Amino acid sequence: MKTKSILAALAIAAMAALPQAASAKDISLLNVSYDPTRELYKEINVAFAKQWKDKTGDTVTIQQSHGGSGKQARSVIDGLKADVVTLALAYDVDSLYDNGKLIPLEWQKRLPQNAAPYTSTIVFLVRKGNPWKIKDWDDLVKPGISVITPNPKTSGGARWNYLAAWAYALHKNNNDDAKAKDFVKKLFKNVPVLDTGARGSTTTFAQRGLGDVLIAWENEAYLSLAEFGADKFDVIVPTESILAEPTVSIVDKVVDSKGTRQVAEAYLNFLYTPEAQKIIAKNFYRPRDAAASSAATVKLPELTLFTIDEQFGGWRKAQKTHFDDGGTFDDIYKP
Amino acid sequence: MMTPKGMQIRRLDIDAEEPHTLGPGRARTSRPALTVVPSQVVSEMSPESDKPTGHAKPRRSTWRTPSALPGFGPTMGFTLLYLGILVLLPLAALIIKASGGTWAQFWATATAPRALAAYQLSFGAALIAAVVNLVFGVLVAWVLVRYEFPFKRLVDGLVDLPFALPTAVAGIALATLYSPKGWIGQFLDQFGIKAAYTETGVTLALIFIGLPFVVRTVQPVLQDIDPELEEAAASLGAKPWQTFVRVIGPAIMPAALTGFALAFARAVGEYGSVIFIAGNIPMKSEIAPLLIIIKLEQYDYRGAAVIGVVMLAASFLLLLGINLIQRWARTRQGEI
Repeated sequence: MKTKSILAALAIAAMAALPQAASAKDISLLNVSYDPTRELYKEINVAFAKQWKDKTGDTVTIQQSHGGSGKQARSVIDGLKADVVTLALAYDVDSLYDNGKLIPLEWQKRLPQNAAPYTSTIVFLVRKGNPWKIKDWDDLVKPGISVITPNPKTSGGARWNYLAAWAYALHKNNNDDAKAKDFVKKLFKNVPVLDTGARGSTTTFAQRGLGDVLIAWENEAYLSLAEFGADKFDVIVPTESILAEPTVSIVDKVVDSKGTRQVAEAYLNFLYTPEAQKIIAKNFYRPRDAAASSAATVKLPELTLFTIDEQFGGWRKAQKTHFDDGGTFDDIYKP
Repeated sequence: MMTPKGMQIRRLDIDAEEPHTLGPGRARTSRPALTVVPSQVVSEMSPESDKPTGHAKPRRSTWRTPSALPGFGPTMGFTLLYLGILVLLPLAALIIKASGGTWAQFWATATAPRALAAYQLSFGAALIAAVVNLVFGVLVAWVLVRYEFPFKRLVDGLVDLPFALPTAVAGIALATLYSPKGWIGQFLDQFGIKAAYTETGVTLALIFIGLPFVVRTVQPVLQDIDPELEEAAASLGAKPWQTFVRVIGPAIMPAALTGFALAFARAVGEYGSVIFIAGNIPMKSEIAPLLIIIKLEQYDYRGAAVIGVVMLAASFLLLLGINLIQRWARTRQGEI
């Protein structure tokens, strides 16, 4: 009887001590990201965990959450305990400051290159052989061409698409805003369905067989080739497009309460290392480190790229002018 | 949402209203089922539906009918608490959120052209879908009750599938079928009919998810109608259509209307299945629930709540209207 109770006491003591011993070594991070980065961060996480283990001896597990960029930002604002956010556009990260002060205003200055460790751009995916001879943005507004793009109100990728088309029209028409609006209006006349996210549009185009051309993330376009077979689609690169900069940040309020600031910062800094940049190139993103491009399986073509800052004066302004209620996107659907 | 069991109880509630037409023999079978429990389930489905009966026929004094079962106090108390937490609390939060701005702001958001177009599509398509379901639901119920055929059980089970299927699966399946390259869509396309990504697609999805409601409410009532009634009508010289319109019609009318109201209410708020087959083009194929999601994406919580309140109010008024018709149908039936 006595030995039994001693044993029980020992067992309880052991159980109480166990998690404590483990928590000194086991760290868990949550990375809240946007839709097409699933494959990318899966690889990055493995590489970072290995590097962190070698350096500190601690085991770090990184959980991923994916979805439409805006929706993901809202989850974090509403209380999802994300240590880091890696979203499709800076405006969605800005919203973490605007709604709840989860991060400082100057978050984009904390990391190199506008806190965007990789970039991408917007290209076209067409049916094999390019039957409609689509070469550039001009071809998308021709009558009879059916264009697939997601809804800019709900999709981050779609906002890049919209702004890329807008900027192209500006350049063609001596920066005439009215003409640019007319161009985009014509383009959206050709859109038969607005999916809520980038993946939804890819499915509509690739699996439902709808539309003649899909406006897509470059990485998503090449992923579709890898996924559905290069014999089904061609990637068409327009003469110019937008430099899409998906941005990353730690979430200060969360890492400070969880005590994970150090490892979260190391995770984001890791994205800029040659090792991570190679993984980035392999997943069809454009690495910041030119040397890493050699790791890419396809050579991403050269084209004129303009940034959101030089063309639209930053995301806050672009969002207000184009996508908020009463913006140009609402206008082009006015009867 | 609701279970077939819930509807079973609902049905008994309707039955209990019918002894006038169907004679004393029928009343015996259905009376004991009227306990406090059904009112809980019923009011959860359509909060106002059990009130009119209470006030409509004071002579029957359904309010605190002496019951063989004890426990009115605790069960009633639990019912109120349960409904308060489950239904009223979220609705109150919605209304508080919507009343954040001025009345002018509320009105401007609620009546923006894009919002009006979305209401029109959501309520219009839901109404059409509910009418289609009313007609064909009664037909399906009729076949399932009146005829014997092989695999009847299986067919009977099929009716419930739209309940069980995750709505996203239903939406994707319908979009695959009706898209211009889909199995059905490619034939429709040849005739110039566009089903998927138009208002037609929205209506199709709503018809699909609303099917079980009318069938499952009408079926048990039809089952309880004695075939002898039809024979009696025939022997008194009624033609088949007269039998249907004057004898069977009035008997199943309240149940059919309940099914209609349920199918309509479900369709108005449906998001998951519709979103895949609606084109989501503003002013054309954008449903009101999507507009709410879009407002949320813009961190416009108040705007989203405003659209929500408008839809809630409109649904409530429509359901109230349907209930009034139902009450009228019941009283009329009582007088025949």
